[in-house]
Amino acid sequence: MRGITKTFGKVVANDNVSIDIYKGEILSLLGENGSGKTTLMNMLSGIYYPDSGHIYINGKEELIHSPKDALALGIGMVHQHFKLVDVMTATENIVLGLKEGKKFDLKAAAKKIREICDKYGFDLDPEQKIYDMSVSEKQTVEIVKMLYRKADILILDEPTAVLTPQETEKLFDVLRNMKQDDKAIIIITHKLNEVLEISDYVDILNKGKFIGSLKTSDTNAQEMTDMMVGHAVKLNIDRPEPKNVKPKIEISGLNVIDEDGIPKLQDVSFSINSGEILGIAGISGSGQKELLESIAGLQKIQSGSIKYHDEKGKEYDLVGMNPEIIRKLGISLSFVPEDRLGMGLVGNMDLTGNMMLRSFRKGGGLFTNRKIPHDLADEVVKELAVDTPGLSTPVRRLSGGNVQKVLVGREIASNPSVLLTAYAVRGLDINSSYVIYDLMNKQKEKGVAVVYVGEDLDVLLQLADRILVLCGGKVSGIVDGKTATKNEVGLLMTSLGGKE
Amino acid sequence: MKNKTKRGFGLHIVKRASISWYKAMGIRAVALLVSIVVCAIVTWALTRQSPMGVMQTIFLGSFASQRRFWVMMQDLSVLLLISLAMAPAFRMRFWNIGGEGQVMIGCLATAACMINFGKNLPNGLVILISLIAAVVAGGIWGLVPAICKAKWNTNETLFTLMMNYVAIQLCAYFIIIWESPKGSGKVGIINQKTHAGWLPTIGKYKYLLTVIVAAAMTVYIFCYMKYSKHGYELAVVGESQKTAKYVGISVGKVIVRTMVLSGAICGLTGFMLVAGSDHTITTTLAGGRGFTAVLVAWMAKFNPFGMIFTSFLITFMSKGAGEVASSFNLNESFSDILTSIIIFFLIGCEFFIQYRIVRQKEAK
Repeated sequence: MRGITKTFGKVVANDNVSIDIYKGEILSLLGENGSGKTTLMNMLSGIYYPDSGHIYINGKEELIHSPKDALALGIGMVHQHFKLVDVMTATENIVLGLKEGKKFDLKAAAKKIREICDKYGFDLDPEQKIYDMSVSEKQTVEIVKMLYRKADILILDEPTAVLTPQETEKLFDVLRNMKQDDKAIIIITHKLNEVLEISDYVDILNKGKFIGSLKTSDTNAQEMTDMMVGHAVKLNIDRPEPKNVKPKIEISGLNVIDEDGIPKLQDVSFSINSGEILGIAGISGSGQKELLESIAGLQKIQSGSIKYHDEKGKEYDLVGMNPEIIRKLGISLSFVPEDRLGMGLVGNMDLTGNMMLRSFRKGGGLFTNRKIPHDLADEVVKELAVDTPGLSTPVRRLSGGNVQKVLVGREIASNPSVLLTAYAVRGLDINSSYVIYDLMNKQKEKGVAVVYVGEDLDVLLQLADRILVLCGGKVSGIVDGKTATKNEVGLLMTSLGGKE
Repeated sequence: MKNKTKRGFGLHIVKRASISWYKAMGIRAVALLVSIVVCAIVTWALTRQSPMGVMQTIFLGSFASQRRFWVMMQDLSVLLLISLAMAPAFRMRFWNIGGEGQVMIGCLATAACMINFGKNLPNGLVILISLIAAVVAGGIWGLVPAICKAKWNTNETLFTLMMNYVAIQLCAYFIIIWESPKGSGKVGIINQKTHAGWLPTIGKYKYLLTVIVAAAMTVYIFCYMKYSKHGYELAVVGESQKTAKYVGISVGKVIVRTMVLSGAICGLTGFMLVAGSDHTITTTLAGGRGFTAVLVAWMAKFNPFGMIFTSFLITFMSKGAGEVASSFNLNESFSDILTSIIIFFLIGCEFFIQYRIVRQKEAK
């Protein structure tokens, strides 16, 4: 790719970027959020069309107008959000849209799929329906789909974001096999350890510009980070000593059963203390979401109690309350949910409108006050360095990190006594992540009870004072953040009580 | 290809990040002009009539006389009122296509009050009772689908559509009961001698009151949607119910409240039709305007002031179309063709407001 430029409105997503991809190599494309990695690859795979620049495949200039053109040239891309039909089987999804042969022959296709799986070491049942599959299996279907269409250049957009460590290992094995088979593979990522582990070369983008290409064996995490961020950052997270620790919320015997009758939380008991960060670790889907939503009054609870202690020593049980009742009691509970645009914010509303979500009821009268949320939006944008064209931009137009800053900024602005956060730094680049860690530490020092549900154990161990480990909806253990080891927490995550 | 550098068509489509309002209006104005030119070409090609003559006739349909102008204003106001009723529900993503039935039930309630109380109650009281009955009836027609949506998540599109038929059939039933003279199958003018329950006319302008009500309602709905807490809540519910629950907005309550408002405004429209202008009831009194209003609301993107323009356009065209049909001896379908061409261009131009077409720049 030579001199590729692409603009969206006034935003330059790619500015004169040139990169090379070779057969039989794995290339990592590294960059912060909004650095133009995905845009660049979307142009290679025919989703976007460059404003200017040239793409050469095997030395010949090609014009790629559509994903179909791209596939004809052997370029296949696996997107972050899978594009599969849930009610169809793996085979049906893979052959969907293909016109091959005279007869529609699913059996032959399934056989061909098995051959591909055996060749590269995929673990896939071609007859299985998509809705029965785990995320990693769905991803496998997407990759096999591209191989079935004879893709020689495979692009994976943040493939490991949704995978467990074990699944990631398996994916990497498959990728190595594909590399042996002379395929060119591009991985879009911002996880440094994975770059080091899997790729041969790494190309780094920053703010749409090409920064440099490194041979992975000759570099290290610090060097890559510096190039990616544009200046040196320290990779340590502060952990101020907790002060004035007092139980704020005491949860005992909490049981939650979801709509399908599946128990999500079983006999969960622990306390959340003010002036401290409580980390919650667990394999995804172990009940983290239900736990936080129970506290926030959004989850139907079967049994158990959630006791909240206010400043004057009064005690409230939050079970059976909704967010409106909790708010009316004067309990200031902030919640940064996992689903930012679907739950925490309204994507089509502007920054001011989103700030209003928490404050629109304030003041008497029938009309809303736009002045206060407008000022708050202005303050959040300035303090957290939110990158936005203006306060009247719909938040869905912002990049992931900036969306999160808006959400966290609003939640902190209400001076909470409890701050619940779910995957607060998921999908955020290093710089934004540190802004978020800092904010949480500041809240902790103010005496707020902070809950941090996280997936990166390194971060949890550096940030949290105590770590609650969930396993299959039960409390597997509570460990001290300062003394616990990654191994210890890992064991608690996979087996109850950490016993093998 | 002979290894020459390939070139594309050089054009591709790009989504606009934002567009200034005057540019957007400019695009719409161009679309309107183009549609008129196409109308002229089609007219000439199909009928050999002078396009200018046809255009002029369309214009005369609404502006030939004072009477025509006021009829046009009356129809515009009624259409606008129903469209305004649709707007909050649509903003909430509640696809209310029951405007027709909500208007009809308002008409029925008004007629019932006028017929039953007209003889023994003072005029002012009859009007007041009719008004309340019409608004309540319309509100109930909005309430029923809203409750079912809130409680059991039923499909509001089908539900409101069915409610239309219920309302129209009820009207048909009562028209037979009230028919006068007997055997005519019509209700005739209600209280023709006493004028009981008739809305007063302002000066000599029979339709001015409807216009004033529509204008006031436009301002009210604009403020309601843009500045009120209710308006904000319904916008949040429309965008994401999960977000609404997360901030403690009761989704069911908002759905019910908004639909009652929507139905009540339709009921009011029915009241204006029966007590204000027509003084009778037929099953076609709403005349499909409950559905046309959906189009009017959408074309204006639920902006009340925009709806003044879109409802004017639709009314103007249909008046003009009728005029063309009668004075050129063409049938009504021809005017429908012209209306469709204009609507096609006006809706189609939204594409150019959302996207722009860019020529590929040469690489340096």
